[in-house]
Amino acid sequence: MDSFSTLVQQAQRSLVIARKNIRIYYSKGPVVIFGILFPVFLFLAFAVGRDFSIQFMLPGLLGMVLFFTSTAISPAVAPWETQARTLERLISSPLTASTIILGDILASFAFGFLISLIPLGAGLALSLQIHTPAALFGGLILAGFCFSSLGLMFSAAPATMPSTIMMLSSMIKFPVVFISGIFIPLKQLPGWGKIISYISPLTYFTDIARHCIQNEGYLSLGVDFLALFAFTGLFLILALKLHQKTMPERI
Amino acid sequence: MYPRKKKESPMADSPKKHGSLALQVSGLTKKYGNVTAVNAISFQVKKEEIFGFLGPNGAGKTTTVRILTGVIKADGGKAVVLGGSAGSLKAKQKAGVVPEMTNAYLDISGWDNLMLMAEIYGVPKRQAYKKAEELFKKIELYPQKGQKVRTYSKGMKQRLILAMSLISDPEILFLDEPTSGLDVKSARLIRGFIKELSSQGKTVFLTTHQMEEANQLCDRIAIIDQGNIVAIDPPEKLRAEIKEMHSVEVSFDRKVKTESLYQLPQVSTVERVGDKFRLYTSSPGEAIVSLVNYTSRENVGIISLNTLTPSLEDAFLALTER
Repeated sequence: MDSFSTLVQQAQRSLVIARKNIRIYYSKGPVVIFGILFPVFLFLAFAVGRDFSIQFMLPGLLGMVLFFTSTAISPAVAPWETQARTLERLISSPLTASTIILGDILASFAFGFLISLIPLGAGLALSLQIHTPAALFGGLILAGFCFSSLGLMFSAAPATMPSTIMMLSSMIKFPVVFISGIFIPLKQLPGWGKIISYISPLTYFTDIARHCIQNEGYLSLGVDFLALFAFTGLFLILALKLHQKTMPERI
Repeated sequence: MYPRKKKESPMADSPKKHGSLALQVSGLTKKYGNVTAVNAISFQVKKEEIFGFLGPNGAGKTTTVRILTGVIKADGGKAVVLGGSAGSLKAKQKAGVVPEMTNAYLDISGWDNLMLMAEIYGVPKRQAYKKAEELFKKIELYPQKGQKVRTYSKGMKQRLILAMSLISDPEILFLDEPTSGLDVKSARLIRGFIKELSSQGKTVFLTTHQMEEANQLCDRIAIIDQGNIVAIDPPEKLRAEIKEMHSVEVSFDRKVKTESLYQLPQVSTVERVGDKFRLYTSSPGEAIVSLVNYTSRENVGIISLNTLTPSLEDAFLALTER
């Protein structure tokens, strides 16, 4: 079998893994709590009782929902599979470690992308205008992959308890939300605040969303996409490398 | 008592005439810290053979299976599975695995577990459906195929795992203690399945610590102890190897002194068992001749005379004696 057909075959099989993850893990308690309930209630706590326009709120809500949902499944799959010993089954099957990891990322991406369509749909139902739909769509896809890869990096430590990984990922996810221009737009942040915000990939997606919904981003769309692309590549490579290294330790 | 010895030729005395090799293992080594779990073991398994891997707990059986199935990497040595390096996609595509612990997805049905494995192995959908129907009937789980695996008993789960390993019609099957802790029905069903697989031309690599299972099923057995292979032979030959454990059991029509039996040529030990004597010998035939000569000379009648060969368990204990 030549390397190209092997690559195609493994890509197909990572879709099989993704479908399996969607089917088994979407309805798990921690995924629903950390992926949907947390961002919604956190945002409500911020927005309720304040006089914000929907144009201002939606980019932040969209960013938060996409970030939380995309990072909800990918960190938990590996410990769940380790605990149930199904990871051993997958490793002994004709799959590479990268195929398994990519499957986890794809499932997480699909979850984040689909759930983030709900607030977007609600905004559209309220006659919200999207100025550059293609950029928003592209941003959702790229950021979804980026956050899913980030989520997978959280579970690289060979822990077998999903709660350990969830706690670890929450410790990182919450501060990220506060530095990414969701509650306070980038242009209102002080200089040091802006510098901190640039280390968060969520900053760039929120800025894309503000461009497309509010028509007033802080950075240019090109910079936002380039930064998101770089973060996605970095997280993907790190997630693959770290999991390839720690996967045998899980068995 | 019995010196541990390693066979020179691991391929010796295969009971079947096989074309080529399914498994070639050479100098395979795995260490966990300072502990050597598998110590430079070498053996070969022919196609269509049922090869037993027998050893006490912690001997290195599961570690070996995990290396051969690509779950863990060896620290040294080489293992080739049906022409592909152990752990390679080529080798894994041709192999089915039944691990020591059941590992089906509990939150989906048995049927969906089989379909998932079929997709992972790239089995065409129509073929997978047909094969799954056939397998569910064979493992006697057809009525429960739509139930979540969470509701299955241990035996049912293990039968499902066997079916999952066979959905891709593998050329070689690795089974790690497949009947351990199972009910009689499930264990018998799995053993029957293994025999059937061999008759269909599949190669089976079976680890077990159940002597009778190995005795009934395996063409050849490797005995592993503390990470070292101490013998590889067919079960009958392994038993025969424990020469000093052959014995002649005899009872006489009148009282005989134990010391006088010690004097007989070829008899190494004499043990009194009720009204009988058990004479341990490496050569039962010659021991019987000298026993008959003794009874004629001493004018003693023989009431009963039996030769006893050591069991596989005796052989196992002798070979793994520390």
